[in-house]
Amino acid sequence: MDLNLTKEELAFRDELRAWLANNLPKDWNEWREKPIEESFPYLRAWQRRLQDGRWAAVSWPKEYGGRGATLMEQAIFWEEMARVEAPPMANSLGLGLIGPTIIAYGTEAQKKRYIPKILSAEEIWCQGFSEPNAGSDLAGLQMEARLDGDHYVVNGQKVWTSYGWIGDWCELVVRTDAVVAKHKGLSVLLVDMKSPGVEVRPLRQMTGESEFNEIFFRDVRVPTENVLGKVNDGWNVAVSTLMYERGSYGARLHLIFKRAITRLIELSRSVQRNGRPAAQDPLIRQKLAQCSAEIEIMRFNQMRAFSRITATGVPGPEGSIQKIFWSELNQRLQQIAQELLGPYGQLLGGDPRAVDKGIWSYGYLRTRGNTIEAGTSEVQRNIIGHFVLGLPRSY
Amino acid sequence: MEFGLTESQEFLKDSARKFFAGECPSAEMRRLMETDTAYDPTLWSKLTDQGYTGIIFPETLGGVGLGKVELMLLMEEAGRALLPGPFFSTVVLAGTILDAVASLAHKNKYLAPICRGEVRATVAIVESNASWNPRDIHLSVANGKLTGEKLFVSDAAVADFIIVIARNGVFVADSKARGLKISPMRAMDLTRKLYAIEFNETPTEEIGSTANLARAFDIATAALAAELVGGMQRTLDISVEYAKTRKQFGKPIGMFQAVQHQCADMYLETESARSAVYYAGWALEENSPDAATAVSIAKMYASDAGRTVGNRGIQIHGGMGFTWENDIHLYYRRAKGSETAFGDATFHRERIASLVIDSGGVSAKSA
Ligand SMILES: Cc1cc2nc3c(=O)[nH]c(=O)nc-3n(C[C@H](O)[C@H](O)[C@H](O)COP(=O)(O)OP(=O)(O)OC[C@H]3O[C@@H](n4cnc5c(N)ncnc54)[C@H](O)[C@@H]3O)c2cc1C
Repeated sequence: MDLNLTKEELAFRDELRAWLANNLPKDWNEWREKPIEESFPYLRAWQRRLQDGRWAAVSWPKEYGGRGATLMEQAIFWEEMARVEAPPMANSLGLGLIGPTIIAYGTEAQKKRYIPKILSAEEIWCQGFSEPNAGSDLAGLQMEARLDGDHYVVNGQKVWTSYGWIGDWCELVVRTDAVVAKHKGLSVLLVDMKSPGVEVRPLRQMTGESEFNEIFFRDVRVPTENVLGKVNDGWNVAVSTLMYERGSYGARLHLIFKRAITRLIELSRSVQRNGRPAAQDPLIRQKLAQCSAEIEIMRFNQMRAFSRITATGVPGPEGSIQKIFWSELNQRLQQIAQELLGPYGQLLGGDPRAVDKGIWSYGYLRTRGNTIEAGTSEVQRNIIGHFVLGLPRSY
Repeated sequence: MEFGLTESQEFLKDSARKFFAGECPSAEMRRLMETDTAYDPTLWSKLTDQGYTGIIFPETLGGVGLGKVELMLLMEEAGRALLPGPFFSTVVLAGTILDAVASLAHKNKYLAPICRGEVRATVAIVESNASWNPRDIHLSVANGKLTGEKLFVSDAAVADFIIVIARNGVFVADSKARGLKISPMRAMDLTRKLYAIEFNETPTEEIGSTANLARAFDIATAALAAELVGGMQRTLDISVEYAKTRKQFGKPIGMFQAVQHQCADMYLETESARSAVYYAGWALEENSPDAATAVSIAKMYASDAGRTVGNRGIQIHGGMGFTWENDIHLYYRRAKGSETAFGDATFHRERIASLVIDSGGVSAKSA
């Protein structure tokens, strides 16, 4: 155990710092409050610039435009990006989940075709997994893909598709064999969202925004060369994407949480409670301390998980610990913010009296989704119970 | 940056686990807990042969010179076996305090015999106000004599000498000294006995100032959290095993999600406490600026999680969990003792608050 940076890690960090010093845009603050539809071109341009310096996907192998960075270097990457408050990248699903899946399962032709444009943000990707009747029970999905010559003809509906509104391409899980057991009849298709028969509808979520969409597929023709992995082996391909999904957030979330708790601590010095600053109220102190401590523990868990993945080569079901930990911690953090701010906590952005332009009311609502997206907390507990602890399957 | 254990750390942990399983299995632990002191000289000499009594102390004093991470690993395994007797009191507590505050002459006199396994010792800290805050220590030594009462002193009955934390310094009293009376306090944890000590004009020897105590307390506190992690792991293992084998309604109870999810939470809590403890060990070893915060994070989390894991484990066992025969309550009892020792979660949350709210935060050394 040695948490000091190695020589290579220090060199990696210094190279990144030098690059950021010359390339970080100065005007992000003018954009960050705007709706994502408006700032999206800005985020694309930023990602493209990062990739010009080969920084968009540091973890990817060098031959696919990455740097073959270790998990620790990835952690350093996110740490540095947070330190300078860099804008996020546009193609987050492409870079975080779908690109790595294509690298793992794709043919050489597919990698050549898709990977560069994921990196440059020329093509934005979305993840078409969930359906109205298949959420937690993903393997039960019904979207039909019928073979017709050298094409599949796709019919059905996807739902909760983040980035559906801007997606150029979709990693789509479909049923190619309806007769065999449900896990054995799935395939993954790489689908051009501009294909005839694809219809994207906005879906308004409880925060009032439309981050995700419903997507309808009517006789959409997808060339057979767009199957990712083997036909009817889609379950394994999809699960590998889900593993990246569970693992990839952890590295940077603690930094976001840390910024939030630091801000809450700052606010607690000015917010009054029982005639004195809330920072002096024993109960508020207990809650802020608990939350800060848990954010640190989340970081420790993450570092330990990285070391384990580095040793074993693959993200394992222990990633479910991180998913449960960050999602439930984020909800507790937002609850503390609400307690601290009292009636001001409910004010939305746009109200002149809203604290921090309404980020706390937004955060309170948005974090309810955290324990649902990327696999519900219940499903994560099933995974730990069955795959980690070896208990019999509960369903 | 590497959070995993090195090969030699893995080896130490592994051999400690095997050692405790072989020399102190459940039946032996139960035999000892039924004795007055829970101390066994034969077991002690075996601990000494392993080098455990000198694990983190300098080789010049007869120690092994390992680091704080190694101490955490050893304590984790001791906790898993619910090791009875004065190991924590003697080595982790008295040993680290001597190491931190005493002169070389005093170390040779008191710490070297600990390393060699020749003596047992303990430390008297808390007074009737039951506070772990050093501010609340009132006893002081005048003209080399001590009068007053210390409470919750672990393993005092088998200690050859007792280190006393007084307002005006750190002192040693021989346990046979004049005016010193040790009487048992009957407490939940049967494997680590607690005592009240009355001093009446008792002669003492000053070994150092209280200025350097904080670090020694931090090491002991983290080690106690490590011991809690071992107990949590054992509780989890016993419970998962039971959930796989106990059948109701024709199915293993572990199939019911109400049970399975409790197991998943026990796993999450145990692993998280372990991460916090290892980090604290490393931060102490490296003298990282966030070491004190890291220790409080570990003790805070392990104190709460130790109890919660116990609650869940007992519930999973149904009526079996409520029996004397099942070991799970013995871990639960130890967890309660360790929860309050060196400050419970509330105490450490306040300490974290004073470190991160009042002083504007101490950031970690790495990255
Ligand atoms: C913000 C957000 C973004 C999302 N983005 C995407 C996306 O980009 N692409 C995509 O494909 N999907 C996306 N999703 C969908 C998400 O993956 C699903 O909502 C999730 O998997 C749950 O499925 P469901 O909504 O059908 O709920 P259900 O599966 O119907 O679950 C309802 C309740 O039943 C519980 N439950 C179900 N099965 C079990 C079981 N076996 N044991 C115990 N409890 C169970 C659940 O935990 C939950 O509490 C997103 C969701 C959100 C909230």
